[in-house]
Amino acid sequence: MRLFVQELINGLTQGSVYALLALGYSMVYGILKLLNFAHGDLYMVGAFIGYFVIQWFGGAAHLDAPVALVVIVMFVLAAGAVGALGVIIERFAYRPLRDAPRIAPLITALGVSFFLENTALLFFGGSYRIYNTSRFISFSTGIHIGVLNVDIVRIMVIVLSVGLMIGLRLIVNRTKLGRQMRAVAADREAAEMLGIDVDFTIAATFFLGSALAGVSGVMAGLVYNSVWNYMGFTAGLYAFTAAVVGGIGSIGGAVLGGLLIGLAQSFIVGYVSSLYTDLIVFGILIAVMLARPTGLLGRAQLQKV
Amino acid sequence: MTVKPTGPSIGADEWVAREAARHEHPPGLRGAVERRLARVGWWPRLAIAALLGAAIPQLGLNDFQLQIGINALILATLAVGLNVAVGWAGLLDLGYIAFYGFGAYGFALLSSNQLNAPHGIHFPAYATMPIVMVAAAVLGLLVGLPSRRLIGDYLAIVTLFFGEAFQVFTNNVATSKLGGPNGIFALDPIRGFGARITTNQGYFYLMLILLVATIAVLHLLDTSRTGRAWRAVREDPLAAATMTIPVNRVKLMAFSFGAMVAALTGTVFAAQQTSVFPTDFDTSFLILIYAALILGGVGSIAGAVLGGLVIEVALDGVLRSPTEAGYVFYGLILVTMLARLRPWRRLGAVLSATVGLGFAAHAIVKAISASAVAGGPQSSSWIHAALKYWVIVPATKAGSIPAGFGNVGFAILIAMLIALVQLKGRWRAVLLAPTVYLAACVWEARLIVEPSITRLILLGAILIVVMNARPQGLLGTRRVEII
Repeated sequence: MRLFVQELINGLTQGSVYALLALGYSMVYGILKLLNFAHGDLYMVGAFIGYFVIQWFGGAAHLDAPVALVVIVMFVLAAGAVGALGVIIERFAYRPLRDAPRIAPLITALGVSFFLENTALLFFGGSYRIYNTSRFISFSTGIHIGVLNVDIVRIMVIVLSVGLMIGLRLIVNRTKLGRQMRAVAADREAAEMLGIDVDFTIAATFFLGSALAGVSGVMAGLVYNSVWNYMGFTAGLYAFTAAVVGGIGSIGGAVLGGLLIGLAQSFIVGYVSSLYTDLIVFGILIAVMLARPTGLLGRAQLQKV
Repeated sequence: MTVKPTGPSIGADEWVAREAARHEHPPGLRGAVERRLARVGWWPRLAIAALLGAAIPQLGLNDFQLQIGINALILATLAVGLNVAVGWAGLLDLGYIAFYGFGAYGFALLSSNQLNAPHGIHFPAYATMPIVMVAAAVLGLLVGLPSRRLIGDYLAIVTLFFGEAFQVFTNNVATSKLGGPNGIFALDPIRGFGARITTNQGYFYLMLILLVATIAVLHLLDTSRTGRAWRAVREDPLAAATMTIPVNRVKLMAFSFGAMVAALTGTVFAAQQTSVFPTDFDTSFLILIYAALILGGVGSIAGAVLGGLVIEVALDGVLRSPTEAGYVFYGLILVTMLARLRPWRRLGAVLSATVGLGFAAHAIVKAISASAVAGGPQSSSWIHAALKYWVIVPATKAGSIPAGFGNVGFAILIAMLIALVQLKGRWRAVLLAPTVYLAACVWEARLIVEPSITRLILLGAILIVVMNARPQGLLGTRRVEII
């Protein structure tokens, strides 16, 4: 029972991180039909920003500011900077290719991913950097009732993710920007004819998606402690799996897929073996894809002739 | 904010608009040469290229240079094989690297002491290669099965996971047989009919023969009914299906052919290296194959070969040595400026401004603090002498160069490049001189110190730039759409 509850909490935490990352994938895919391989690397950049905020405030062992302030600065700075980075990438790598054959932006995305990973390698070296979260947020704070042991970091991660998902849903469904985003995703040319600023809308989508990636990077740093330059690749792969399993382009699907993959991973590690996690998760992906090629919540598109 | 029209304007068809350009031959000598070349048939061209390739080892190359040649041929063959699925059939196969690894591991198991202890299995190459290729073709069929239902990016992600699964498999499963992270070593060389290939020159010729044979077979396929079916499926699967083309079978065939080529290449790679490790088949090498194919031009065999040769020779032959990398770096900057800056007055102004700026900045900084220029350029040979009083490279008291300077400079350089793209006209020319100067400083202070990282950064940057400048690649003329 203890193991089950523990793995459930771990899975929810991991799933929230994947879900936020998957949301960004899904939004970008929905609006540009582009598989943004660089998304995982934005998550890596976010994690590094969080790390340097901690160093900036005096290091994990002796922060010279209230912990809450440091954490807020970490999240806000990571979201803003990574969002801006996403907009720059869109402007210079993807926008010129908007009408090119689909493979060109895809390869460009691989190039951007390569560039970011190796620039981080040049800047920060190949070794792991440690957040040392336990030095400034004690594990004992949080909920400890019977078999239920949740520390405050995990609670914060889950609550923040849920809040961001609700916020994103409100933005997409209730605001003018969200309406524009949906219009551009549905039919870019028609949206343009109706006077929607397509460039701005796509840039805004990249900002939102990348900011979520930055936030999830900081979360990963806080929960799992270590950051390094190649951390984005695997996480990006899992997040994309989550987005695809849930039905790419659908917000609810990304969240569902993220939680599913996170829980699956966590229970496999807990009950089977960490060696085979990847293989089993890929198995789930392939099974879902074969049964429902458009994902769990995705809708099949009508084929236009 | 104003709305700019994107894409072809309404009512104007791109294909019609380019009608004139398609039939035009440039006048004069260049046009005459082009017309003459266009008359040479496909097979004579292949023969000429093969003869040129066969002459290369006779130039007196050393073993290291021959090794680069072998690697270049391997990359070119892999790119040609990848072209079948990606370029002709339009299937985005991101698990391609696993077939290459499968071929290498297959060869390793059948030509070492790994299986059937204690004597192992030692098949001759003429048995191993066909076995491995057939097995890879079957595996290709299995992996291609999802392509019956998945298209485009969904297929890409499933195949990408197949590549990742191969990594997990070779690293963790049956480590006593597959060696785990330590790989399999002490493999037999390629042998059969009483002969053994042990020299690099031998492997070079073997790889060359395999590449030419692959190209010949694939060309026959391309011009056959199957090739036409692939292109039909790529352009429009629905229309192809109504024309009674068996779409699924055609797609699976493309997967299988690509897998066979990759596996065949893998066997030679394993035999030549006499060992295999999981890291030989990781995603960064997959990206390299894609880079080769895309750089050359998707859908074109010549482009795939050219891309493979250029990428391998550039990455391992040239960019690995700091001196030669420096020649390429400065050469590229100079050539780009010579080619793109017009009129001549502006070119001259920018060049002299860059030179003047450097000497002035060096003199000023040196007057303020001697340690700020104490590092000196890290290039060797005459570049070092030429740049000694020009670039600013700081050094600590111990004489080492602080990494922070180069890193900050690199970040600023990227910001300046972005600004450069945004600016137009005169301001661009004004910003150009400091950008070039900063690029030289960052190169001398940091990039040249870390050649292994630099070449990967450059590869990423080249991919982005080439895709933005020429989405169809260097030799690609056909329009390839991923379905």
